[in-house]
Amino acid sequence: MITIINFLYYSIRMGTPLLFGTTGEIVSERAGSLNLGVEGMMAMGAIGGYCAACYSQSLTVGMIAAFLSAALGALIYAFLTVSLQANQNVTGLALTMFGDGIYLFVGRSLAQAGKFPLLSNYPALSHAVADNGIPFLRDIPYIGKLLFSYNIFVYIAIAVAILMWFYVMRTKAGLRLRSIGENPGAADACGVNVNRYRYLNIILGGGITGLGGLYLAFIVNGGAWNEFWINGMGWISVALVIFANWNPMKAIFGSFFFGMFNVLMAWKGNLSSAFPRALGWLTAIPNEFYQLLPFLITALVLIFASVKKKKKNVQPAALGLNYFREER
Amino acid sequence: MKKILSILMALALIVTCFAACGQQTQNDDADKQNANAIPAIAKEDIKVGVIHIGDPADGAGYSYAHDLGIQDMQKNIGLTDAQIVRKNNVDDKDATAIRNAMEDCISQGCNIIFATSFGYMDTAKALAEEHPDVLFSHGTGFESNGKNFNNYFGRIYQARYLAGIAAGLKTKANKIGYVSAYGTEMAETCSGINAFALGVQSVNPEAKVYVKTLNSWFDPANESAYAEALINMGCDVISQHCDTANPQKAAEKAGVFGCGYNSDMTKDAPKAHLTATVWHWGVYYTAAVQAAIDGKWVEFGNYYKGAKEGLVDVSPLSENCVAGTQEKIDAVKALYKEGTWDVFSGVKLSFNGNEIVKTDAALKDNAGNEIVPAGGASVEDSVITGTMNYFVEGVELV
Repeated sequence: MITIINFLYYSIRMGTPLLFGTTGEIVSERAGSLNLGVEGMMAMGAIGGYCAACYSQSLTVGMIAAFLSAALGALIYAFLTVSLQANQNVTGLALTMFGDGIYLFVGRSLAQAGKFPLLSNYPALSHAVADNGIPFLRDIPYIGKLLFSYNIFVYIAIAVAILMWFYVMRTKAGLRLRSIGENPGAADACGVNVNRYRYLNIILGGGITGLGGLYLAFIVNGGAWNEFWINGMGWISVALVIFANWNPMKAIFGSFFFGMFNVLMAWKGNLSSAFPRALGWLTAIPNEFYQLLPFLITALVLIFASVKKKKKNVQPAALGLNYFREER
Repeated sequence: MKKILSILMALALIVTCFAACGQQTQNDDADKQNANAIPAIAKEDIKVGVIHIGDPADGAGYSYAHDLGIQDMQKNIGLTDAQIVRKNNVDDKDATAIRNAMEDCISQGCNIIFATSFGYMDTAKALAEEHPDVLFSHGTGFESNGKNFNNYFGRIYQARYLAGIAAGLKTKANKIGYVSAYGTEMAETCSGINAFALGVQSVNPEAKVYVKTLNSWFDPANESAYAEALINMGCDVISQHCDTANPQKAAEKAGVFGCGYNSDMTKDAPKAHLTATVWHWGVYYTAAVQAAIDGKWVEFGNYYKGAKEGLVDVSPLSENCVAGTQEKIDAVKALYKEGTWDVFSGVKLSFNGNEIVKTDAALKDNAGNEIVPAGGASVEDSVITGTMNYFVEGVELV
């Protein structure tokens, strides 16, 4: 039992950066902007937020900086696709490379100068990002571990996802946002400022993905420099949007589900020795299979999603299409 | 008379002819030797090029350890800063980048090039043919050409045995976790795990070593995740054969202990770290450059040394180690120095107090097959030739 609880615990920890990425991308895609640059925005948010947090020794400053750094990437995307009508896919891919380049440039420059800040040198910050959980509640057997003993990011991620669900699905602004994603021409005719809404939501969504980058820097990579902080998490987030059916609420479960596949390679031995009869076969599968598993599941999700078209909650009709009033 | 004279003259002709022929073959031999011999390089003419996969400025890890070795060599031999050229962050999968870096070294006048990463091997081999007057030395590989291209590596497993002693004494749960880049498919990782486990068993026959393999030489995120999973299995000491200090940090966070690799990781995890398995590359670099200065490069050949020469060692024990660890490690080190015993032999070590007790016992793999009969000689060659592909008793892959 404790093995299962621990496995789920680490799945959720590994799923959290995906949740930030997916939530942010949903906000952007609901406005009709298919921003494939999540990987790049996460990288920008990670390096910007990380450095700011260490230099200011404040996690709050770090989070704001992560949001702003990634939002800056999103702003470039918004300017190119909304104002200049550039192709969304190509711009998104370019943003991926650009963000990754910024991240490597800043990180390598600092590391080569021997000035890269190490989390372990900042005790207050280390404590702020530790798995502190919620006092008292975390001591409840089993449930305390599973629900109340995470670092602060996990709770923020869930709160942001719920907030975004409320914003997109239940508010007037969210209704306009969705209408732009479905039919920007009709929304424009109703008096909705399409360009302004797209700008705002691309930037808001981008900023949220940056928090995921900061999570990867602090929690997953332990606050030390290496060149693989993001390592494909941005791309899995893009695919998760489809899995979650463009609904931030479903993204919570989708992300944690995918987190499970990310930690399965590390945990296969624990699971098979705890349940030799039911799960003993896990260790017989070679590591290579576990390494491809998240991507395999992603591919399967995309196939199923394209085969099975639901009537409700399908992809925004104008997703990936730029809106130019004079061309209507 | 005329006849005799003509016969004599003919004989003389034949003799000179043979003599000339003899002379000819002798000349050939001399030419061949000249081609093989690499002339001695005067100390002030030495210029060393070093190709790093990472950046020594990181202050820890693989490239840093190699650069410390280069600095040691510089001090020991007495070279100026201008006599050393460093090429950092040379991707070892990018043949063009490797070639550019090495050719740049050569154009700057380097006559010895140390290629520190495995992936540099093929390029170094090709360039050694193109530049017969430049010495190429490749780390962790297996290719050489008997002339100006050699390889170097070491018996790091001997140091892992020592770290195993520290871990075996420390563990209370008798469960030790091991985060490894690869498993039995690589002799380097496989021998490291086995030696570590045998070291553990020398002081704690009850303890088992649980191994998780990453399938990658560098995977920082999983290095933490693996350590966490092992700790959750009940392991209270975490050893590692991977690059970052993440497993040690995870151990510290969970309040357990660990043994690092490559550099002294006590500074990364002061409350958890026991001791790290480390390289002293300076031992090799000094010997290699000295051989070039002495004109003995070809005789020097490939290099595969160990604890005896001080190429491999454990870092100074931290205060987390239990009492008596130092004495036991020193006793085994003395054995290495004598050269009378090696890890993968049919002779098991145990301790009576801090005294070593040698017992003849067969070395078995974890399926119960006998590898070395009781009292048999060490099969360390299987590490060098890369044929070791089994885990010893007491090791479990999870």
